[in-house]
Amino acid sequence: MRPLLLQGGRVIDPSRDFDRTTDVLVQDGKIAALGAGLGSPDGVDVRDVRGKVVAPGLVDVHVHLREPGNEDVETIASGTRAAVAGGFTAVCAMPNTDPVTDNQAAVGFIVRQAARAGLARVFPIGAISVGQRGEHLSEFGEMVAAGAVAVSDDGKPVVSSHLMRTALEYARTFGVPVADHCEEPTLATGGVMHEGLVSTRLGLKGIPAAAEEIMVGRDILLAELTGGHVHLCHMSTRGSVELIRRAKEQGLRVTAEVTPHHLTLTDHACEGYDTHAKMNPPLREAADVAALRAALKQGVIDCIASDHAPHAYDAKEAAFDDAPFGIVGLETAFAVAYTELVLGGALTLPELIARMSSAPAAAFRLPGGALTPGAPADIVVLDITARWTVDPANFHSKSRNSPFAGRTLTGRPVLTLVGGAVVHEADGTTL
Amino acid sequence: MTALLGKDLVGLEHLSPDQIRLILDTAEPFKEVSERPIKKVPALRGKTIVNLFFEASTRTRISFEFAEKRLSADTVNVAASGSSVQKGETLVDTAKNLEAMRIDMVVIRHPSSGAAQFLGNRIRSNVVNAGDGQHEHPTQALLDLLTIRDRYGKIAGLKVCLVGDILHSRVARSNIWGLLKLGAEVGVCGPDTLMPRGIEQLGVCRFRRIEEAIEWADVLNVLRLQLERMERGFIPSLREYYRVFGVTVERLDRAPRELTIMHPGPMNRGVEIDSRVADGSHSVILAQVTNGVAVRMAVLYLLAGGRPELAEAANRAAAPPPE
Ligand SMILES: [Zn+2]
Repeated sequence: MRPLLLQGGRVIDPSRDFDRTTDVLVQDGKIAALGAGLGSPDGVDVRDVRGKVVAPGLVDVHVHLREPGNEDVETIASGTRAAVAGGFTAVCAMPNTDPVTDNQAAVGFIVRQAARAGLARVFPIGAISVGQRGEHLSEFGEMVAAGAVAVSDDGKPVVSSHLMRTALEYARTFGVPVADHCEEPTLATGGVMHEGLVSTRLGLKGIPAAAEEIMVGRDILLAELTGGHVHLCHMSTRGSVELIRRAKEQGLRVTAEVTPHHLTLTDHACEGYDTHAKMNPPLREAADVAALRAALKQGVIDCIASDHAPHAYDAKEAAFDDAPFGIVGLETAFAVAYTELVLGGALTLPELIARMSSAPAAAFRLPGGALTPGAPADIVVLDITARWTVDPANFHSKSRNSPFAGRTLTGRPVLTLVGGAVVHEADGTTL
Repeated sequence: MTALLGKDLVGLEHLSPDQIRLILDTAEPFKEVSERPIKKVPALRGKTIVNLFFEASTRTRISFEFAEKRLSADTVNVAASGSSVQKGETLVDTAKNLEAMRIDMVVIRHPSSGAAQFLGNRIRSNVVNAGDGQHEHPTQALLDLLTIRDRYGKIAGLKVCLVGDILHSRVARSNIWGLLKLGAEVGVCGPDTLMPRGIEQLGVCRFRRIEEAIEWADVLNVLRLQLERMERGFIPSLREYYRVFGVTVERLDRAPRELTIMHPGPMNRGVEIDSRVADGSHSVILAQVTNGVAVRMAVLYLLAGGRPELAEAANRAAAPPPE
């Protein structure tokens, strides 16, 4: 592989508060050096990135790649193609596949498929329970040995408090977080959107904020009981934010993520029965969005995760009650967050990059999220002046279900390197 | 000409007060049609209408069918049981098939909120919502409005209270929009378990006790309490519901004024309403049923592009020759 020199970019490394215009030399898959005037060794591939931002590759701790089992809507290859197009160099694959990723062989399959695709790094998440049935613990030890970096029954909540307790305890041996989709099922069953004035007007069954907060509260109490690391997936309510804030003040091992859509959309997006706004947890109210943004800024919520959830092209073409939950997000996550949060004044650019790279890497103890010499060259170059209009037809993902279709956004990854190899280059006009 | 109501009637939330008045006014001449020996006018002759009922409903379907036949439309009924719907056909395929058959209008009843709008957005035919999930049932509210207007000569300024299961009721939602737009004061009464979140923010008064509602209201519109609400645990028993929320003669006797009692049917006598009330002099429940046909005729006529001022003339033209 030829050495590569990224010349003249604004280099932001949130892992050490580094933010200055300089050059980055990539050699042998690693970051060889940072500094002005590194010169150009023989045969170096020089890229002029003046006016662009050079950042650690983005890290997404929550994606659904649908393979094995639902390859019509996404595969590990298409999902990681979408990831690198969105500036992500590492993604964590949720285990609600078919069959469920609940054993070492299944974890190994994902690792192999990701290696074959050769795009983003894929870190599998193993199921907490066998078959995600909420009964018996899966073999965490073997799954971690095969490459799993966390355990989760995401797609479903861990209903049994006893199971959650044992998962938190057992996971301590292997040093992996237990990621929970917080939803109290007896309150949430049948709900299709946030319970509030909009659901009342539309006559749709609501999911109250309390359905999430009860489980957040429970998980925090169990983290306290066990000393385990609980990671709270896709937080959506201001009440959850307050519970996490208190838990962190107590020094508990709690981390949390929020999606770009929960940071930018409210339940009003469901008006007209727009099934692209149907997700779980549901889009909440403006006060929740404001609280989530503040929590992200303060680090109460650690990171942004896309919860990339592909669905068949016609699945959302249904009555609201009948449409599936979830949206694709890998190819819009950075631009949505940059446009709404950075240009909107809620976060600085280095803060956003931190919440999308170093912070998620730290939460899941993954490599990456840093531009220190010697680190693997997982790098994204961002054009933060590019304005583009979201057209799902141009997605690299196999799926098109995005509530941001037609939106004009600012900010676009133009070059993505994984282990020093160029895995994505924007053609200049479309993503 | 373009129809004054737009292409579809999905609900009352997005209609203007003038559009609602237009429907009620257009219904007036159609009332008379049903009183004739030959109950037919040629207003929709040559039009084809499909009544697409994904949910059982005898009275709404019959009311629509009478309205269509009295306007001389050709009608086809499709019921969910035994149709392709039960064989897993999606709503979008149903829509495409209807479109391919070049029908003029679809009357749809569906268990999912938003189904009527979904269909209306995908086919060129006019769509009339005959009840979608827990969203709206606009023709029911229109006939309720017409019945109130018949009784009082006005709607503005009246106090109308909806009693019972507001949470699951599309009739309640349509009534709230229609009444508020025409200037009535609207109350809702029932246990909190059957009240949707944020209902007060729509501009309605909230009553937790039926006695308070009766003291306040001119009109009570008593909603049907479905048996499954008890099975799902929203109320402990039908017996207690009647004890606490039942509209009884004894309770009405203590009212400061003569109340009008409405019910969209079908009634559960002895659950939400006392038989003596349903059959008593307060009740306009059968007038509601009669008005249902006239209101539905008006809606179909207007959506088909009929001009309101011509409705009367159309009737005259079709009147049987004098004997
Ligand atoms: Zn989830």
